[in-house]
Amino acid sequence: MAATPDTIERETKLQGMGVSRGRKEDARFIRGKGSYVDDIKLPGMLHGAIVRSPYAHARIKSIDKSKALAVPGVVAVLTADDLKPVKLDWMPTLGSDVQAVLAGAKVSFQLQEVAMVIASDRYAAADGVDAVEVEYEELPAIVDPHLSMAKDAVTIRDDIAGKDEVGHGKRTHPNHIFTWEAGDKEATDAAFANAAVTVKEEILNPRVHPCPLETCGCVASFDKVTGQLTVYITSQAPHLVRTVVAMLSGIPESKIRIIGGDIGGGFGNKVPIYPGYVVAIVASIVTGVPIKWIESRIDNISTTGFARDYHGTGELAADADGRIKALRFTALADHGAFNSHVSATKLPAGLFSICTGSYDIPKAYCRVDAVYTNKAPGGVAYRCSLRVTEAVYLIERMMDVLAQKLGIDKAELRRRNFVKADRFPYTTSLGWTIDSGNYQAALDKVLKAVDYEGLRREQAARRADPNARELMGIGVCTFTEIVGAGPTKVCDILGIGLFDSCDIRVNPTGSAIARLGTMSQGQGHATTYAQIIATELGLSSDEIQIEEGDTDKAPYGAGTWGSRSTPVGGAAAAMAARKIRAKAQKIAAHLLEVGEGDLEWEIDRFKVKGNPAAAKTMKEIALAAHTSNLPDGMEKGLDGTEYYDPPNMTFPFGAYVAVVDIDRFTGETKVRRFYALDDCGTRINPMIIEGQIHGGLTEAFAVAFGQAIPFDENGNHLGNSLMDYFLPTSVETPHWETDHTVTPSPHHPIGAKGVAESPHVGGIPCFSNAVVDAFAHLGVTHMDMPHSAYRVWQQCHALGIDKH
Amino acid sequence: MANKQAVSFKLNGKPVDVLVEPRELLIHSLREKLLHTGPHIGCETSHCGACTVDIDGMSVKSCTVLTVQCEGAEMLTIEGFEQAGELSAVQEGFTKEHGLQCGYCTPGMITRAYRLLKENPNPTEEEIRYWMSGNLCRCTGYQNIVKAVQYAAKKMATATA
Repeated sequence: MAATPDTIERETKLQGMGVSRGRKEDARFIRGKGSYVDDIKLPGMLHGAIVRSPYAHARIKSIDKSKALAVPGVVAVLTADDLKPVKLDWMPTLGSDVQAVLAGAKVSFQLQEVAMVIASDRYAAADGVDAVEVEYEELPAIVDPHLSMAKDAVTIRDDIAGKDEVGHGKRTHPNHIFTWEAGDKEATDAAFANAAVTVKEEILNPRVHPCPLETCGCVASFDKVTGQLTVYITSQAPHLVRTVVAMLSGIPESKIRIIGGDIGGGFGNKVPIYPGYVVAIVASIVTGVPIKWIESRIDNISTTGFARDYHGTGELAADADGRIKALRFTALADHGAFNSHVSATKLPAGLFSICTGSYDIPKAYCRVDAVYTNKAPGGVAYRCSLRVTEAVYLIERMMDVLAQKLGIDKAELRRRNFVKADRFPYTTSLGWTIDSGNYQAALDKVLKAVDYEGLRREQAARRADPNARELMGIGVCTFTEIVGAGPTKVCDILGIGLFDSCDIRVNPTGSAIARLGTMSQGQGHATTYAQIIATELGLSSDEIQIEEGDTDKAPYGAGTWGSRSTPVGGAAAAMAARKIRAKAQKIAAHLLEVGEGDLEWEIDRFKVKGNPAAAKTMKEIALAAHTSNLPDGMEKGLDGTEYYDPPNMTFPFGAYVAVVDIDRFTGETKVRRFYALDDCGTRINPMIIEGQIHGGLTEAFAVAFGQAIPFDENGNHLGNSLMDYFLPTSVETPHWETDHTVTPSPHHPIGAKGVAESPHVGGIPCFSNAVVDAFAHLGVTHMDMPHSAYRVWQQCHALGIDKH
Repeated sequence: MANKQAVSFKLNGKPVDVLVEPRELLIHSLREKLLHTGPHIGCETSHCGACTVDIDGMSVKSCTVLTVQCEGAEMLTIEGFEQAGELSAVQEGFTKEHGLQCGYCTPGMITRAYRLLKENPNPTEEEIRYWMSGNLCRCTGYQNIVKAVQYAAKKMATATA
């Protein structure tokens, strides 16, 4: 169809897919009119504050509430003893374990929840917290996961000491959670034994925290008359919360309403269900009034949803030309005191087995051993799909280690090992079928854009100059992600399949409302989904309203995490719209008195083939759908609902180059340049995509250069406020250059793959590769994150290059 | 804690009175008593700037100011930026340049950018980055926030030219 001024104008009017239209959600945010959980104020509402353990491991000998109850404004103090009669002192986790809602017999990590004080306002609640007297008997704490399974290690979890499994296979030690493996171990071992070259490196993904700007919290409101429970909550997965609350409380799920509202960033931190939520719900049931509980920043960093803490070992075997023959990756995973790691039931180590990356590796084996320690529970996916950053970090670092060993250029080694574009769909030796990819084209484009050869020449000159103050490092990363959980045959949480849903209703005047099971936390769903539906239905995205997060309104879905919104929710939106369009075609045929086959779709209307004047627009059809003038027997209305179960995951990929200059006297690293090419398949709103990439890269920068949660040997937190925990400001954040290629997903209805997490997943190894590359000529093969000035200086100092 | 004090100040041009304990923080009075929920709480330690308001011509982090310190003050919060249905240049810049995602830092960012441009109407990128560095954003990576401030600077310059 040739574009005419008319079709261009109609197309423009839709503001559909591919257009960088402004965000529909901005209007309220720029006026301060967002509705975040802490903005909710209900009549009679009381405030809850949590009494937390000062010890990482201790028995609770007694709790005395009397002084707290005497504090003006304090209404109640709840402890485990109060929750026991209603069987709410323990709750299931999303990792098939259980977690103490309030600690009863003992505490197992510092700042664990011990009691909740309910009071008239937050000040009285804080006073009450100070007045609760808890007597502890301190126990030795296990902080280093390498010591968890020692013979004489203290048992962290008395409650499951006798259990030989916690949901994921046999346990071999009281502090063991699970061992998970994938691949062919024997064949891999044989390949290693016969390889010309092997490399091995210990590689840590340190414990970090997603630290969204808004902490977690809720307002729970139980109506004793109707038995209805309403919870406003910071959740990336409101429907899963509703199911868990129903399982826990015995309240029928139909009487539970979870409302997500606006969420001030999530990044994985707001997927799990936290004790504070549960106690607030119980407190509302007990007191009969709404209860608000909002975390402090220290609570947030210390106790809710940390990420990573994967102590990895990477090994590659290759021939002399750098052609990889086998991969062996293992990791010791520190899950803290409870396994509240978010994982699909059948995938306790998440999607770690994507660790073969973008490369054609014939034999592979990976294994993860997860253990308890006296640290906060978690293991959430921080701006990535489950355990994908850990996997990608290992492979992308190991590619560099191998390149250095062989003396082959780091980009060249990648080229030699890429899965070639003509081999897709490609099944990896660890079992994933990557639907599509074009890795070499992406890398070539980036290398050309940054003049990679020129950079390498500059680096060689710098290295040859004995007076150079700065070391120059070039980081290359060519990652493949796995997102969009996922096919329900592979992925479920607590037995609930990870499908997602969209319910579209077209009004008589041709506007529409669509409700989805996902939950935006800043990703711009109200805009992106409207654009998908606009293109599919031929209605303007301005007139398509998107709603998410209110479980009374939206159809069931698994929420927004693991970049699953566009791959799964977006697919549901397209499919629901197509059901509507199929019905619209029947109506159009009826109105135009032709056969359905005589019609063709054009932007916003069905036209009679060969007679373009005879046409019915979607707006006209929408009106007709609400009249008597319909084909015989056809139902009124123009609605469509889709519960979409994706046939496969999607596999966004990218090629990144970072250039850093490191001051050898101070260890300070300057990011001179960062060039990020992302391929997320079909692009729906380029402006939003670019914004997501900027944000993901900045979070990658944060992890690579500063984020880490340190503990002392007693399990005391050594950095849990923004005084210590690194969130980059506008000053140190680098300038980002973005680029793209488009390789649509062949199985996704619109070919989209998801994008928000790629820059985080690919950015972190790219930064580390750049930093290590700066020292490569001095024999350094790996440096653990974070690459803070002090730690990098330590490397300089150890090499003796920090002296004049 | 019954010793409450009445505090009077001007909030977005309107006189308000609020009864507070001496220890009450301004952010809590604004959000919970005066129902101005635009300024947000992100860190409680003056690091993140989500609670930024403008008091007597200065950007102030309202999570670390006592309400009783604000007697007689002239205060501007995000709620006071739109005038007679017209967005301010800074608000417009943030949406035009996609300078926000989750929106949580946005009221503080806009309020801070407003003061920046009052004091330095024609800032360089480096100056914007430095002057905005007391306001943290987890979503945008700042690049579009810089553009938003530049957009506002340009628009304000055109308006006054």
